[in-house]
Amino acid sequence: MIPAPFDYVRPSTLNDAVTALREADEEGKVLAGGQSLMPLLRLRLAYPEVLIDVSGLPELRGVRDDGDSIVVGAMATHYEVMRDPLVQAHAPLLAAATSTVADPAVRHRGTFGGSLAHADPAGDLPAVVLTMDGLFVTSAREIPARDFFADYLTSALEPDEILLGVRLPKTYTGWGFHYEKFHRTAQAWAVVGVACLVRRTDGEIAHARIGLTNMGSTPVRAYAVETAVADGPASREAFQSAARDAPDGTNPPSDLHGSAEYRRHLAQVLTARALATAAGV
Amino acid sequence: MSEIAPEAVAEQVTPSTPDATAEVGRARLRTEDARLITGRTTWTDNIQLPGLLHVAFLRSPISHARITRIDAEDARRRPGVIAVVTGADLAGEQGSLPCAWPVTEDMVLPDHPPVAVDEVRYVGEPVAAVVARDRYAAVDALEAIDIDYEPLPAVVDMERAIEEGTGLVHADKGTNTSYTWVFEAGEPDAAFRDAPVVIERRYVQQRLIPTAMEPRAVVCSAVGDEYTLWSATQIPHILRLMLATVTGIPEHRLRVIAPDVGGGFGSKLQVYGEEVVCLLLARRLGRPVKWTESRSEGNMAVHHGRDQIQRLSLAADRDGRIRGLKVDLLADMGAYLMLVTPGIPLLGAFMFNGIYKMDAYSFRCTGVFTNKTPTDAYRGAGRPEATFGIERMMDELAAELGLDPLEVRRRNWIAHEEFPYDTISGLTYDSGNYEAATEKAMRLFDYDKLRAEQADRRDRGDPVQLGIGVSTFTEMCGLAPSRVLGSLSYGAGGWEHASVRVLPSGKVEVVTGSSAHGQGHETAWAQIAADRLGVPFEDVRVLHGDTSVSPKGMDTYGSRSLAVGGVALYNACDKVVDKARRMAAHLLEADEGDLEFSGGSFSVKGVPGQARTLQEVALAAFAAHDLPEGFEPSLDSEATHDPENFSFPHGTHLCAVEVDTETGFVKIRSYVAVDDVGKVVNPLIVEGQVHGGLAQGIAQALYEEAVYDADGNLTTTTMADYLVPSAADLPTFTTDRTETPATTNPLGVKGVGEAGTIASTPAVVNAIVDALRPYGVDDVPMPCTPERVWRALRAAQSGQAPPGGSPEPGAGGGLGSAGGAA
Ligand SMILES: Cc1cc2nc3c(=O)[nH]c(=O)nc-3n(C[C@H](O)[C@H](O)[C@H](O)COP(=O)(O)OP(=O)(O)OC[C@H]3O[C@@H](n4cnc5c(N)ncnc54)[C@H](O)[C@@H]3O)c2cc1C
Repeated sequence: MIPAPFDYVRPSTLNDAVTALREADEEGKVLAGGQSLMPLLRLRLAYPEVLIDVSGLPELRGVRDDGDSIVVGAMATHYEVMRDPLVQAHAPLLAAATSTVADPAVRHRGTFGGSLAHADPAGDLPAVVLTMDGLFVTSAREIPARDFFADYLTSALEPDEILLGVRLPKTYTGWGFHYEKFHRTAQAWAVVGVACLVRRTDGEIAHARIGLTNMGSTPVRAYAVETAVADGPASREAFQSAARDAPDGTNPPSDLHGSAEYRRHLAQVLTARALATAAGV
Repeated sequence: MSEIAPEAVAEQVTPSTPDATAEVGRARLRTEDARLITGRTTWTDNIQLPGLLHVAFLRSPISHARITRIDAEDARRRPGVIAVVTGADLAGEQGSLPCAWPVTEDMVLPDHPPVAVDEVRYVGEPVAAVVARDRYAAVDALEAIDIDYEPLPAVVDMERAIEEGTGLVHADKGTNTSYTWVFEAGEPDAAFRDAPVVIERRYVQQRLIPTAMEPRAVVCSAVGDEYTLWSATQIPHILRLMLATVTGIPEHRLRVIAPDVGGGFGSKLQVYGEEVVCLLLARRLGRPVKWTESRSEGNMAVHHGRDQIQRLSLAADRDGRIRGLKVDLLADMGAYLMLVTPGIPLLGAFMFNGIYKMDAYSFRCTGVFTNKTPTDAYRGAGRPEATFGIERMMDELAAELGLDPLEVRRRNWIAHEEFPYDTISGLTYDSGNYEAATEKAMRLFDYDKLRAEQADRRDRGDPVQLGIGVSTFTEMCGLAPSRVLGSLSYGAGGWEHASVRVLPSGKVEVVTGSSAHGQGHETAWAQIAADRLGVPFEDVRVLHGDTSVSPKGMDTYGSRSLAVGGVALYNACDKVVDKARRMAAHLLEADEGDLEFSGGSFSVKGVPGQARTLQEVALAAFAAHDLPEGFEPSLDSEATHDPENFSFPHGTHLCAVEVDTETGFVKIRSYVAVDDVGKVVNPLIVEGQVHGGLAQGIAQALYEEAVYDADGNLTTTTMADYLVPSAADLPTFTTDRTETPATTNPLGVKGVGEAGTIASTPAVVNAIVDALRPYGVDDVPMPCTPERVWRALRAAQSGQAPPGGSPEPGAGGGLGSAGGAA
């Protein structure tokens, strides 16, 4: 549990940080809260030559209001995100999901951007940002959420690209929301998680958006369920029947915490529950 | 059901309210905690010595292979590296790690070199050690050692291991069976013949990884031909003797120190190869060395616990009375026999009958070698497995007969007026009152109300079902009478030693051979001494864990510290008082027989004002100006106590679980533990032991499992995969006590260290099965993960047998996913 040797820099401008990454020539890694990167180093599953600590870059900090969206900085810690008034007002789904991440110690160090850049399909936040159609703002460009998560632990970020934050539209302000996380112990990762947003009109579901955690190598949307519940009754029976399609198009892993078959089953049960809670029935 | 025991019975055994001035019985905060919790203390890894070098071990990545070549030249040339040693380099001096418990005359006992020489037999077995100037250089150099392995067939499954034609863990032994040990009492075949009810079950005690908060660590220094070894161990005394035997270093040249030790649960009741190697390296290099393991290293290399396959048959009459029990075990030894590996499952031989009367009993255990980490003692050691077996079977019997599980137990248990009771397995239970503990537990649990709620949920077809689990356990602890250990071929005795020194200033030093590793001896021992000697608690200091300071001892395991070591202290204190009485009589010019000792002071009966305190007597003895004829100028005394019997704590644990039948998730709704551990020295410490024990036993039921894949790779090497529950996962426990004093020691105490762990596992699993029985489920393999509960339900509904064993391990999940890819 001792990492191989590496260099460490902590630039104070974005320019210096990008330059440092370029100079490292694919052998550099951005360091945010270190809660995912350091275990990889300590298990010697990664051997970067230099870590570029981005905690000194002002562009990555805090949460700000930007008209019809809010921008959550990459270096905002889970603890900050959970308690932020803008997040609570416009992205309560994100606040709810973030409060299920790990334990208080990890939430004080781990960051929003680190969770997303790490692109772990078992992480709780990727499915939320996908569900909310977040726009990833980087040092080089903007990337829509559906294009950001490329594969297992792989994002669309280039080796010399830094994630500054994510723009979350205010479109979903006031929608019903719920993050249903199924995990074996309080600190454990999701076996399966369901992020859910619903808009109700007169006892019916006008729209639903559903993202699944740990049902494939990237977070996935449960489009079939979204379609099935739209313009239908807000009832448990309707949700249960629609949720049967939740595993459609998914490719869940089999591991110590659950087989693929069990995860498909869980996706159905949890999706129905998430819809019911989000819709308040 | 509420009439199980009359109130009158309960009243006799209500815990005594301690006298306000007495130390024994007082819920004192532990004096050692401030330094242990802040870490400002001598944990082994905190020790710094001038010129200290650091050791790292290269471990086998393959479960079974021949080592065909090792090239360590590159590693030796790396910066900071002082030495690299392989098994071949150490072959002449490393000896073989000891097994002190040859359970049968023909037991197969393979050689166990601390560093593998030409064959590796489990993943994690040491193959080389690097010594470097710092820990980083040592770990970096491991990657530069080049080893060629020629894979051999991996023996992973115990049932396959004993079939003809399976590969051999130790080819030269010609078998994977280490031993078969049998015990029989009464006439089992007669008991089963024509029995109206026969229940047969197969239960698996999964393999567990003891997870002490402090990982193992060793520091060793060599000065001339004198060696000092610090180790995070439970057994400094045994370790010293064993290290001397293995390495040939004379025992009197070797000092072993267990400084503050952060938990062990049996995992530090061991003589580890790393300890031997550190000693040899310090000798070779003439410089002090240190090794501290990482958590993932420890998961592979600390001995594991449990791992049994149990085949149980129970014969009973229609009214529920047990006729006989047959137990047939396969016990996984792992790749080698370590200190007490083969004996662990046999401790269960005496416990499968639990608190019940029966006519006949047979027990058979086969120890099996596999290419896995060796197993050995883990909290409860053999007794949790046995208790699980019998308590699960009692619930199965109740279900078969349509009786309440508590009623079936009541019809079979030993009634309180029957003590002392000679059990079918040959033990004599000295005391106990199962009726009282059960009655109290049922009241605290609100048993009848929960049964009503259960019926209601069943009627409504609630997707969340309620289950109620019972465990009326006992255990044998306070290891142990030396003569019994001898009759079981154990390599040592079971006595314990204590000495008491009254310093000239009247302050007291207590030395105990019982080596604490987090249980609170420093507080409890001071309470005992303060009471016996009538001195303030603050005036007593407890010393332990260093073979130079406490030269005699048998250390700590098997809930023996208080029941054996505490009694030794009690006796030593009495000897001090006897000596002091003689001295006091001399000073008071009175007859010894006319003196009274109370509140720390000797007074002459009927003569007020004529008194001497113990402190005054101690000072007078020290000055030695005026001593009684033939009196040695000291009050210091020592005592060695060898118990005449084990102690038998018992209790009734009741667990209510909510099982989500849609997901299989199990939530513990309430848990009541009423334990009878006899007299209590410090109720707070007892409660702490019960809480921790419950957490560990519940962990076996719901969370923990060491998983190996088909090639013998351990897949649960990190705490993201080996799930240890935290407070957030556990309910608020309701704990209470009844008190039937042990009759075999003057303190009336029984052990408490393992009780919670032993009792709780079957309570939880019984509750889960109870919730699901209407669905046709009669077992869920441990740990009862949500997926296994779900599968058991599905299998019962479709009429298939639920698949045992673990789901196929694969990529992903885990450390989020750190274990999967970089
Ligand atoms: C015990 C434990 C339990 C956990 N449980 C959960 C859980 O239940 N759910 C969950 O979602 N997460 C969980 N996590 C992970 C936690 O949320 C981490 O904080 C998160 O995954 C990574 O955030 P970080 O700031 O620590 O990133 P780091 O570890 O510093 O970095 C992670 C990766 O992202 C890259 N990166 C970081 N920031 C940037 C950036 N601004 N631009 C480009 N690349 C960047 C790094 O190079 C690295 O590859 C757990 C972690 C631990 C230690």
